[in-house]
Amino acid sequence: MNLNVKKQRHYINCIVIALVTLVLGILSLTGVRFDNSLLFLLEKVAISIILAVSLSLVVGFLGELSLGHAGFMCVGAYLGGKVASLLVPAMGNGLAAFLISLAVGCAAAAVCGVIIGIPALRLRGDYLAIVTLAFGEIVKSLFQNSSDESFGGSLGLETPRYNKAYLFIIAFVLVLVTLAVIQNLIRSKHGRAITAIRDNEIAARASGINVTKYKLLAFILSAAFAGMAGVLYSYSNYTVQSTKFSYNYSIEILVMVVLGGMGSINGSIIAAALITYLNTKLATVLTGDLAVLQNLLYALILILIIIYNNAPALKGFRDKYNLGVLADKVIKKRLDPSHVQDDQAKWDVVPTKISMDEILSVDLTPQNFGPDQKGGDK
Amino acid sequence: MELIFSTLINGLSLGGIYAMIALGYTMVYGIAKLLNFAHGDIIMVGGYLIYVFMATNNPLLAIFMAVIGCVILGICVEKIAYKPLRGASPLAVLITAIGVSNLLQSLAQIIFGSAPKMATVYDFGIVKLFGATIQISSLVTLVVAFAVMTALTLFVKFTRLGRAMIAVSEDRSAAQLMGINVNSIITVTFAIGSALAALAGLFYLLKAPSISSTLGAMPGIKAFTAAVIGGIGSIPGAMLGGILLGMIESISYKITAIAPYTDAIEFSILILILLVRPTGFLGKKRREKV
Repeated sequence: MNLNVKKQRHYINCIVIALVTLVLGILSLTGVRFDNSLLFLLEKVAISIILAVSLSLVVGFLGELSLGHAGFMCVGAYLGGKVASLLVPAMGNGLAAFLISLAVGCAAAAVCGVIIGIPALRLRGDYLAIVTLAFGEIVKSLFQNSSDESFGGSLGLETPRYNKAYLFIIAFVLVLVTLAVIQNLIRSKHGRAITAIRDNEIAARASGINVTKYKLLAFILSAAFAGMAGVLYSYSNYTVQSTKFSYNYSIEILVMVVLGGMGSINGSIIAAALITYLNTKLATVLTGDLAVLQNLLYALILILIIIYNNAPALKGFRDKYNLGVLADKVIKKRLDPSHVQDDQAKWDVVPTKISMDEILSVDLTPQNFGPDQKGGDK
Repeated sequence: MELIFSTLINGLSLGGIYAMIALGYTMVYGIAKLLNFAHGDIIMVGGYLIYVFMATNNPLLAIFMAVIGCVILGICVEKIAYKPLRGASPLAVLITAIGVSNLLQSLAQIIFGSAPKMATVYDFGIVKLFGATIQISSLVTLVVAFAVMTALTLFVKFTRLGRAMIAVSEDRSAAQLMGINVNSIITVTFAIGSALAALAGLFYLLKAPSISSTLGAMPGIKAFTAAVIGGIGSIPGAMLGGILLGMIESISYKITAIAPYTDAIEFSILILILLVRPTGFLGKKRREKV
């Protein structure tokens, strides 16, 4: 019973997303026309969630800083988009063409994950971060300078677009797939191995964990899902532009993971949705001359949140006033026995797990003193 | 022959610029253990300050004001954005640095608009050396950059302040116990790094007199790459890495077939070097203690 409740709590994010998808999906299938900008926002949110959750596997759980996540997405977007533009004239713009290009995009990104995962075995910390950053820039530069026939060069690759009314449903189904795979991985024995490597690599190695295998696994999975987000991106946009996948975009994804809280998948989801929504809203509200304010506000909010959340000087303030602590206080007040005066003999008021009768009564029958009996050590 | 000569001069002057920016990265990293992603944007601010003060038509005054302005900006950024986070997780500081970088870029865009501004500091003209046509400005860049680097090396080696900087980068708590004021050392480091960045901004304007709010982004990343190639935290390493990167870039630009892929080539070489030497050329190997 208890276990069941716990399990339900683990999958609450999947359930919420599934419900949202279901409701919106049924609405759109029964003929409610959504605003195009809303649909586009939903697609963007789904892409951001996939990116943030997959990056959080490497940054939050494996503990390696990656600044090239957009590079994997770029590979997925270009290769998936290319396959789609080849398949769609032959097969029609159906689910089959989408799935094939999805598979190609994921596989290509996963291969890149291997390429980055191998240096990751030798490098630590900031050195690995610069290698991932370099990888992202290399990928961007290669696609930017490709010939016009192959990947469109600097003009970008034209890709077929999926039916707008349904794409967001597919996008959210893919979010569910991502969540299911990554969450289950983290809660499995393999996920424990990955977090053990984060906490102490030497100790993990000494305990017989195959560090090479798990580091590569984390990088490959993370890259494959980024590739998936890339294919989605190519389907939701007319063209795939290499300039989109600069290191600024990698950092935007990293910001989602860090703001959501390292090692918290729910946090990543919320931060990804919130940041994408905020960015889109700011872009629509602040038009014309005010458009430059968008970046300014974004940067200011980012700096303030990080300083508030992390500054050692504000620790006392944070500990005093945060939702978790306040909730704990309310709960503790009811359970805390310290406000009960002992000398008033109000023992019946003290909350305890052992019932009063059990404390006050002594059972002298000899079989109760056996080693495996319940009252044996009392 | 003249092609080789001009490539060499261009590479060395570009390498000198990269080395100066990389020094800012590497010193701040060595002493404050922080990847200062906003460093590249200090270059841009320096460029804009020169542009503003060039209204006085006095290049020396403009350069002086740009250096002073960047030093003040660097110190302010350190005090406001990084100091409250001392002792917090490195990732939080990294994100803040990225935030500062975005902030500076968007501020510049608000103040100066998104269209590039033209700022001709001084036209040195060209000279013919060994049959090769060479911009005198690259020779000036080369000479000034190497003079500054020599001065910095001497400063770090032979003055009390410089040795205190080395001490802090070796072991911060031990340095503190020896009576070194770590906070003021960090401030000085940011000041020196920002001054170097301002000079780098000047050199970029000498190379091409156009400036926009993203001027510092790519040089920043490249210089960061240079610092890592040399071994981040090592001052001679930053110089070596910067010059190496400048040479690679200038050679690659000269070969038409691979010229568009210059960025990709530079970053690939970085990855290859790190695969062979995981802490760069002159970086210290840290042995992990259990």
